[in-house]
Amino acid sequence: MNLTAYVARRLALMVLVVFGVLVITFVISHVIPADPVLAILGGNAPAEKVDALRRELGLDKPLHQQFVAYIWGAVRGDLGRSLRTGRPVWHDIWQYFPATVELTFSAIFLAVILGIPLGVISAIRRNQVHDHTTRVFSIVGVSMPVFWTGLVLLLLLYYRLGWLPGPGRLDLAVLPPPSRTRLLIVDSLLAGNWAALRNAVGHLIMPAFVLGYVATATIARVTRSSMLDILHQDYIRTARSKGLVERVVILRHALRNALIPTVTVIGLVFGGLLEGSVLTETVFAWPGLGRYITTGYISLDYPAVMGGTLYIALVFSVVNLIVDLTYAFLDPRIRL
Amino acid sequence: MRSWTPASASELAPAAGRIEVPPRYEELRRAYRLWRRSLLSIVGTVLVGVIVLLALLAPWIAPYDPLAQDFSVRLQPPSRAHWFGTDQFGRDIFSRVVFGSRIALQIILIVSLISGSVGAVIGWVAGYFGGRTDEVLMRLTDMFLAFPSLVLAMAFAAALGPSLPNMIFAISLVTWTPYARLARGETLRTKAQDFVEAARAMGASDLRIIFRHVLPMTLSVLIVQLTLRMGTIILTAAGLGFLGLGAQPPTPEWGAMVSDGRNYIVDQWWMSTLPGTAIAAAVLGFNLLGDGIRDILDPRLRR
Repeated sequence: MNLTAYVARRLALMVLVVFGVLVITFVISHVIPADPVLAILGGNAPAEKVDALRRELGLDKPLHQQFVAYIWGAVRGDLGRSLRTGRPVWHDIWQYFPATVELTFSAIFLAVILGIPLGVISAIRRNQVHDHTTRVFSIVGVSMPVFWTGLVLLLLLYYRLGWLPGPGRLDLAVLPPPSRTRLLIVDSLLAGNWAALRNAVGHLIMPAFVLGYVATATIARVTRSSMLDILHQDYIRTARSKGLVERVVILRHALRNALIPTVTVIGLVFGGLLEGSVLTETVFAWPGLGRYITTGYISLDYPAVMGGTLYIALVFSVVNLIVDLTYAFLDPRIRL
Repeated sequence: MRSWTPASASELAPAAGRIEVPPRYEELRRAYRLWRRSLLSIVGTVLVGVIVLLALLAPWIAPYDPLAQDFSVRLQPPSRAHWFGTDQFGRDIFSRVVFGSRIALQIILIVSLISGSVGAVIGWVAGYFGGRTDEVLMRLTDMFLAFPSLVLAMAFAAALGPSLPNMIFAISLVTWTPYARLARGETLRTKAQDFVEAARAMGASDLRIIFRHVLPMTLSVLIVQLTLRMGTIILTAAGLGFLGLGAQPPTPEWGAMVSDGRNYIVDQWWMSTLPGTAIAAAVLGFNLLGDGIRDILDPRLRR
């Protein structure tokens, strides 16, 4: 199969998966709950209020009509209106998502710059102190619940020691920069507002570290094992025997190929980060999409919850698509 | 193993003379040696052992009733009377953590059972019948994989109504996919082997081939995967509990306990952090044990 056919097939799969995501969210929001309206309003709501909301949400129509309306709405980007904020869910997601982007990208950034070197060094110094330390570090990392790590760090570094700023994206005393991209760090850079930049970065350190820890561990583990695979191969021996410096062998010959699985795992890790961001944002009161969804659950804001869930699934699918395509470009063997 | 299935043609050859399969002592001893050599596996076994013991002996180990409220000892710091302190209702946190191990193990067992068997059946059917069946089932798997699993579990748990059984069901609904993919792959490999062809030539039915030949060959891989994922199950369950979408109060579920203590984190640090330690220890134990079992059973990964 050539590259074009692979890309075409992968895109077709993407369309199918997106449709599946819509079906699953529809089932969750319209079919499973015995009565979504009662779930929203509570059991004691007066009958006329229940009927009014039912009509407003289109829940008085037969299921297949509801389904068509749901799909059509989603295609046009109409995810309904949040019951809590009163604004269209789409608008809310647009407001909240940049904070999640800032958090997850910082976490991925930390994970890549820490995880790859850790993995490479572990592979070179296999079974030595460094390797064992990294292994313990990774396995402890994937074992700790992020919400707990977050609370412990908040307790120590903010409440007790006061080394880092606490929950939220910015101290109340700090004037936020004019919002252009909604990414606070970019905005403060654009505005040249150094005080805001310092404060925003300070606020970002703890949640990004907490969220990135698991990702760091995973990336280190995968890099280590693929590095070990490659280091045993003939062309590495050839490179060494033709007298290349070890640094060149490792960085130019081995690492380049070893990074192919790492690229895939970065994509997989991204799903973990989206998931972790739900919990991390809850702990750090980070005004992102994850927190939007969890507050939605608490205030029984079904449109917000389902819109947010749908959006996260879409982002996750797009990331997976990008990863698969990158992988196909990097490793021609995959296009079989 | 009672139903002895040849793993390959070479395994058939020496057995041809004597039908009796040599006892597996050698293999057990090898497994034991590998286990003893790895400190991490030992730590994992001990941790899991402790949790199983806590769960079995909870009523004898826990000094107090996990639900008993005593307002005269509200928010007490850890002391000799209350090892992990007390919460806002004066309940003994250590006793609650001990009883919480029962809930955690219950979640792991039921979720593994449901998601493992659902995933395996889907994988076997997809791999064995191939063609359109395979395509449909695998695309269904892709659809479920399009969601980060905690996010989907949250949605299911909320739609079903937050409770412990619903949470278990919700987690099962989102965790069967890896088993399906794995079982499918193993089935495809097994199906191509000669003894399956031979069985088919002898007129064995599809059902018989799946159960007698494919199933035993894929089981060990599935079991390794199940043990590897037990830690993740606890994490997902604790996350749902933390968000209030799992077991409801006053159930002593670890994640819910961490969430309970959040409002008291500044002055009563023990309320959140100590139950959280139990989660971390349990997950660590299952992860280490799972890694150890994989290293012993899967020679390909042995380094």
